[in-house]
Amino acid sequence: MKDNENKRYKHASIFGPMRHFKYIFKKPVTHPFKIIFTRKNASYLNDNAIIKNKKRLDSAPRTAPDNLRGFHTNDWEVCIGCGTCADICPTDAIRMVERADLKDEAGKLQQRPVIDYGRCCFCALCVDTCTTESLKMSKEYIYASTDPDQFLLMPEKTWQGEKVEQGYVKTEESDLLDLKRIPMEHIEPDERKKSFIEVVRGYSKEYARQEAARCVECGICTSSCPVQMHIPDYIKAIWEDDIEGGLRQIYETNPLPGVCGRVCTHNCETACAIAVRGEAIAIRWLKRYIIDSAPDDMYDKIFAEPVTEVIDAKIAIAGSGPSSLSAAYYLRALGYTVDVFEEKDRPGGVASYGAPQYRIPDYAVEKDINFIKKIGVNIKTNTRVGTDITLDELQKKYDAVFLGTGFFKARMLNIPGADHKDVIGAMDFLPLARDLARGHLKLDEMNVLPSAVVVGGGDVAFDVARNLTRIQIMKYGKANVLLTSLESRDILPASLDEFVEGGEEAVKMELGFGPQEIMIKNGKVKGLKVWKCLSVFDEAGRFNPKFDETQEQVFEADQVYLSIGQAPDYDYIPESMKDKVIIERGKIKANEVGQVAGQEWLFVGGDIFRGPDIITGVADGHRAAQGIDEFLYKKSKKKEQSEYYKELREAIHFNTPVLAMKPKRK
Amino acid sequence: MREMKLFLGPQHPGMHGNASVHMYVDGDIIKRSFLLPGMLHRGFEKGMERHSWMNNISLIPRVCVVEPDINELAFAMGAEKLLGLEVPERAHWIRMIIMELARLSIHLMAYGGIGGPTGNYTLMYHAHADRNEILDIFEQITGMRVYHQYIVIGGVRKDLPKGIEKDIHKFLDSLEARYDEYRDLGIDNPSIIKRIKDTIMLPKEVVWELGVTGIGMRSAVNKPYDIRKVMPYCRYDQVEFEVPYSDYSDARSRIDCKLKEILQSISIIRQCLIKIPEGPVRVPISRGQSMRWVVPKGYVYSAVESSRGEFGYFMVSDGGTNPYRVGVRGASYPQGLLGVEKYMPGTRIDDAPMWIDTMGVCSPEIDR
Repeated sequence: MKDNENKRYKHASIFGPMRHFKYIFKKPVTHPFKIIFTRKNASYLNDNAIIKNKKRLDSAPRTAPDNLRGFHTNDWEVCIGCGTCADICPTDAIRMVERADLKDEAGKLQQRPVIDYGRCCFCALCVDTCTTESLKMSKEYIYASTDPDQFLLMPEKTWQGEKVEQGYVKTEESDLLDLKRIPMEHIEPDERKKSFIEVVRGYSKEYARQEAARCVECGICTSSCPVQMHIPDYIKAIWEDDIEGGLRQIYETNPLPGVCGRVCTHNCETACAIAVRGEAIAIRWLKRYIIDSAPDDMYDKIFAEPVTEVIDAKIAIAGSGPSSLSAAYYLRALGYTVDVFEEKDRPGGVASYGAPQYRIPDYAVEKDINFIKKIGVNIKTNTRVGTDITLDELQKKYDAVFLGTGFFKARMLNIPGADHKDVIGAMDFLPLARDLARGHLKLDEMNVLPSAVVVGGGDVAFDVARNLTRIQIMKYGKANVLLTSLESRDILPASLDEFVEGGEEAVKMELGFGPQEIMIKNGKVKGLKVWKCLSVFDEAGRFNPKFDETQEQVFEADQVYLSIGQAPDYDYIPESMKDKVIIERGKIKANEVGQVAGQEWLFVGGDIFRGPDIITGVADGHRAAQGIDEFLYKKSKKKEQSEYYKELREAIHFNTPVLAMKPKRK
Repeated sequence: MREMKLFLGPQHPGMHGNASVHMYVDGDIIKRSFLLPGMLHRGFEKGMERHSWMNNISLIPRVCVVEPDINELAFAMGAEKLLGLEVPERAHWIRMIIMELARLSIHLMAYGGIGGPTGNYTLMYHAHADRNEILDIFEQITGMRVYHQYIVIGGVRKDLPKGIEKDIHKFLDSLEARYDEYRDLGIDNPSIIKRIKDTIMLPKEVVWELGVTGIGMRSAVNKPYDIRKVMPYCRYDQVEFEVPYSDYSDARSRIDCKLKEILQSISIIRQCLIKIPEGPVRVPISRGQSMRWVVPKGYVYSAVESSRGEFGYFMVSDGGTNPYRVGVRGASYPQGLLGVEKYMPGTRIDDAPMWIDTMGVCSPEIDR
């Protein structure tokens, strides 16, 4: 292709220039003014004196291509205010602005993006990273104003009040989020059925960091968590491989992370911004990863300074469940002397006696409790409040009393045959199963027969069914457990994990049936008679099941387990006090922090106050600790406190969870 | 006669962007000269260190305004080398289409650019009108006319829109049909030949001394040295094309090479449109959301053939979310900054804009 002729130009004829006449008949190469603008922009320019010939403008406006990265639109109904667009913006053009007029809903923040078009470079990274796909770009690209402030725009579904065509939108390929969860390893169903080994293996370091890398740090999870854990912070710590930092973050709001890392109801994951379009970040497993990988000596570092200033006040805590331990931890951290009374021989309450061993093994509970003991909380086991020590005595000996005795009585069904000895309540069975798993009971001592029906559709029913499967396999070599609930599959209250794992372990399920009678023959349970359940709730949303009597069935079994709810046991409250404590629907009435009206020294928390899960109990405990501190602080004559003590109080009160009971995101 | 200081640019039809040449002239002969690139596009390399690997796509195209895609590709290829990332096959071909369209667009602009200093504005209007067609195609593919922000680490952001092949073919056909006309208007036009023949020389010795690459080098050293041939990237090894070269580097010979490259680019795009396979166009860098994507520790040099020569990115990663250091080899740095100082003196004032234009100078890549 070498060419270096550089020849002289041709000598053209005198008529040469004539050839240019052909351009008269050719289309002009320049674009007419009218086709530069889109219709919307054309009408904008119509108001402008520069454009004289309006007819021309409207004749054939240019249509922008489908991909055009024009001005943004944002669907406020869909937008959750996560602020990921503001984080990614390379030009810092996006700011999140509080909008108090928005509804305060779960899984949504009351803020929306404002875009400074003086800075925006129209790269559309905000569109590609939007968690909800609410932020899109339109085909509009002309906007003019003489006022610089007019370039700060809050994108809405419309552009300047008009519905406009969509330009650049996110596709699967341009998505900058990772919507798929790193799969969690489970022990194979056939293997785990044979023992009480923990089902979930937990993340390895590599997997945990990959999972943590999916988080966009929006903090929507924090506002939906009953204790408002600093979730984005500890996830970031995992991603940065800073276990100590993560542990520090966790203990600011939750003294039972080992328990909550395994059996929490994880409202955070329901609210997670990634869950809008994909699978939520595995927040619970990540919390567990921090606890599992934190060595014992790291715990000493997070409480580097021992509490030096001991306040001259003592607090008694009845029960050692999550809410009690939480209250004990924060009160002890404030310098109070705390005594916890537990009737059983192990502290932990529901974590030690309710939840099954294959979900939360003893060593995990012990790890949490050991740290609480280490900072100086006295836990007195085998001491039942009410019999070993009365409430009156506690009131006299201590400055304040916290009750966190929980719901440890099984609720029974009122149907024929329910008083048989082989009809067993969940809360009577689960502590025994737990004792068997830890070797305190022998297999022969368990009253488990070869086949059983479990009634109930909650997580506890699945706990019973799956525990039974294990015990039956140990005892008889094979399992025959059938779970039946009023609720059909779509409204089953149990979590998806339980449903899937239960199915894997061959728990048979017959959902949507109401128990009517327990069939008894020759003094032995033969089965459960059920009717098909048509609806569980009436039109007003109240519990009022309707049955179809024609669709009758009998589930044959040797035993029936009832897991239809739990009840409190208030025997320890003396007669003299019973009329002073108001109990409504099984729960004690108290103010926000759990202080019982008229009994200023008495605080309650956990299931007997608010319920229904562990993490709410932890929140109750933290709030009660603050309430007790306020109460004792006012009472105390020692008005002058050191700076250190003030800081300590502020820190603990700063992290006290606010009550945020929001409905779930639709 | 008294020596006089004269500013050429930034407001001058023959100057590029906001660059200007400061000249000391004696009569109309330039005695001393130096380039002031405009200082508008400074700090880009430093800025890249403060943006994450993904966010950088809003910054890197600005290193060369008229031909932004070379930046995106060099940056993406470098990071992909560090990551050991395999880009989907289709993305390679899309990248080639984009690169060659960009080459067409800047060649047209540069060729039209000689209309400014020579007063042949018809050439400039025609070239820009055709370039506008390319920008329309870019707008359809990427959503933007100039700063495409389209080629990203792991592929391209979106697949080609449906029916774009038709538009590209239509444009290529019309450009090919106009080719002879373009020659007539510019390089074969007697009034312009007088301005460009045997003048504004770039001899072999200067090429070796300054490190000029691209058309400047090819037209001087008589060798088809082209990154697309010697270090093939994308799928340039699977398409047939020739590299124009010459052994006499005056302004006309350089423009001639440029025009011949236009024909080669047209041919490459046509081959791409035939050979492009179906499939995905992008793979994510790693697990996680884009602000937490990390690139492994290491350093890498990746180069592409721009319209002005070898255009390269030297990148260092410390294993974090941002590049640790990025160094850009702007293709026009040697002739643009050093050449203006050393070899422009001696020419005439009216040659200076032509000098800048035919050498291929892009001021932002000198600033960066």
